[in-house]
Amino acid sequence: MNSTTNEIIKEKEYTTLNLGPTHPATHGIFQNVMKMDGELIVEAEPTIGYIHRAFEKLAERRPFSQITPITDRMNYCSSPINNMGWHMTAEKLAGIEIPKRVQYLRVIIMELSRIADHIICNSVIGVDSGAMTGFLYVFQWREDIYEIFEELCGARLTTNIGRIGGLERDFSQKAWLKIERLLKDLPGGLKEFENLLVRNRIFMDRTIKCGPISADRALAYGFTGPNLRAAGVDYDVRVMNPYSSYQDFDFIVPIGTNGDTYDRFMVRENEMWQSMSIIKQAMEKLDRLDDKTSFHAEVPEYFLPEKDEVYNTMEGLIWHFKIIMGETQMPKGEVYHSVEGGNGELGFYLVSDGGRTPYRLHFRRPCFIYYQAYPEMVKGAFLSDAILTMSSMNVIAGELDA
Amino acid sequence: MSQKVEKLDGFEGPGFLATSLDKAVGLARKNSLWPLPFATSCCGIEFMATMASTYDLGRFGAERLSFSPRQADLLMVMGTISKKMGPVLRQVYEQMAEPKWVLAVGACATTGGIFDTYSVLQGIDRIIPVDVYVPGCPPRPEQILDGVLKIQELVQNESRRRRESPEYLELLASYGIE
Amino acid sequence: MSNITAELAIEKLNNQFGDQIISSEMLYDFLTVTVARKSVKDVIKFLHDDAELNCHFLTTMCGLHYPDQAEQFGMMYQLHNMVANFRIRIKTFTSDAEPAFETLTDIWPSANWMEREAYDFFGFRFHGHPKMKRILNMDSLEGWPLRKEFPLEDPFRADKDDKMFGR
Repeated sequence: MNSTTNEIIKEKEYTTLNLGPTHPATHGIFQNVMKMDGELIVEAEPTIGYIHRAFEKLAERRPFSQITPITDRMNYCSSPINNMGWHMTAEKLAGIEIPKRVQYLRVIIMELSRIADHIICNSVIGVDSGAMTGFLYVFQWREDIYEIFEELCGARLTTNIGRIGGLERDFSQKAWLKIERLLKDLPGGLKEFENLLVRNRIFMDRTIKCGPISADRALAYGFTGPNLRAAGVDYDVRVMNPYSSYQDFDFIVPIGTNGDTYDRFMVRENEMWQSMSIIKQAMEKLDRLDDKTSFHAEVPEYFLPEKDEVYNTMEGLIWHFKIIMGETQMPKGEVYHSVEGGNGELGFYLVSDGGRTPYRLHFRRPCFIYYQAYPEMVKGAFLSDAILTMSSMNVIAGELDA
Repeated sequence: MSQKVEKLDGFEGPGFLATSLDKAVGLARKNSLWPLPFATSCCGIEFMATMASTYDLGRFGAERLSFSPRQADLLMVMGTISKKMGPVLRQVYEQMAEPKWVLAVGACATTGGIFDTYSVLQGIDRIIPVDVYVPGCPPRPEQILDGVLKIQELVQNESRRRRESPEYLELLASYGIE
Repeated sequence: MSNITAELAIEKLNNQFGDQIISSEMLYDFLTVTVARKSVKDVIKFLHDDAELNCHFLTTMCGLHYPDQAEQFGMMYQLHNMVANFRIRIKTFTSDAEPAFETLTDIWPSANWMEREAYDFFGFRFHGHPKMKRILNMDSLEGWPLRKEFPLEDPFRADKDDKMFGR
């Protein structure tokens, strides 16, 4: 061996791979610049902000009732939860008591949208691990949920459902029929979807130990929601700080152990079953309630009057005008309210100075906080695992970038 | 139900059909669009619904999504384009080979929608030419399908020489695209 | 479930930090403590390390801007003890023209992007932060968008002129 061979062995060379901002595998627009050692990721550097839409600034210029459409577009996979979260924040500020019936109706809407959210996330995990069938198959149940929303509020995706003080209108007979049909059909469909993936050798090999995170690290990175529960921490806002009468319901908070993609998938899968059970319980509770008609609190200063009243009475017209123009009095104060969104603790920090718009509105967006852990989770993993990890974290660009 | 392809006008005999090249090419192009989904936000989720089983864009010969701009001929821009994203969108458009069409789906891509803010591009037609606009926030899958059908109409009836015409070059030049 | 009362927390903080605790109040159901800027990190570290209070989770943080106050810029932190379900909000204000705070990234890695967001929106610097640059907006943006004086609308819009909208 002569000395020249040693000179040939150079330092290890890394490739830089640019993933995104528009790339089919990123599910939204975030950029990841990855330093690759062959197929292995040495370092990932995420860049975000590609659909920054200035929600917080926009909210400072809008009357309270007009902020709901902004919250719709945050986590657009489960808009109704965002809407309800915002309504409850404003109600907390104004001290509005919501009738039990409305609270249960809200629970039904929120759980339906949780199912819709998890269907997207889980079916996309399937697509990324090579099973397109599941996606095409479960999307029909998602369409059913959309149809229910359409029946409730007229919109499918960005629902703008409900108002401060209650719901815009009562559930129609048709909506109840559709919910019942969904509850009858979905279990079979979901079961079939689970049969396709849960004990599937290929799927298990692909997802187990893929992008794991320990409970400690998950907490340090501010994880909440299914991703935290997959790591083994049973934190659920619905249980810890019950809102909208979640304390009346009996449900299990599913948790995982390893915090890997498979656990995240399974936690979401089980949450869908729990959501169905919550909806059934809510329907039973509604049957037992004496109140069969109320769909909003009696707060004329915040809740828009019926159209009939607006057209025919002076008082109705004045309230309508005042609410639409944002001239109703909101109390001064600071309030934080959080709900269990599709991805975790969705918080609203609202500062009101008594004016027509919020003085400051900060959204605690779960995606934004936990997506920072991504470089750590994919370090040393294969590139294809990084894609699966990303889809199992359910990062929603609208929520991430605000 | 899949879309029925109309027979072309022309001189017909047993086993052959003589027609103008424009018409034949138009028919072929129309029914084999390769869309590039540039989905950024909410409209992208409705696009997923459009692609999925209930609405099935594949019925219209546009099933093969091309994620590479080099091999796509229809750019579907769905969702808000922020000013940070603008240059990326433009680069994607520039990479596409002629002939290419652009479909702006949703209020945000069309005008900026409800996001009249410092960070959002107020309509993608400020940086690239658009052929068809689809209104809605987000549009229903039927509306997106309708937009694709409108694009198909444009594609079928487009003269084969349009892309070399001085008007088209002028249009591109007005966007600063060579 | 909750065995930590607001009184206990206030008492502990007052014993430890004395006059550094400017005020404490219950805002709706949330204990809010205003702290002098120079000891805000010590307070948070104390809340994090104290075995009883054990605020081990950083829920969120954000910048605040009150142009009418003498101390116009501020930061808000929300901590959470998930075991006892105890939440606390820490606020701090400063009158500096170029406000700077201590980073929390050494306590929680999750503070990283939240601090970058505060920098992006308000122009607050965080001493010791590993990568202090804009996160959501373009690097070329001038000004700090969430400060009250920053205009919301795009100043270059041509289609929304007074002629058409009568504004």
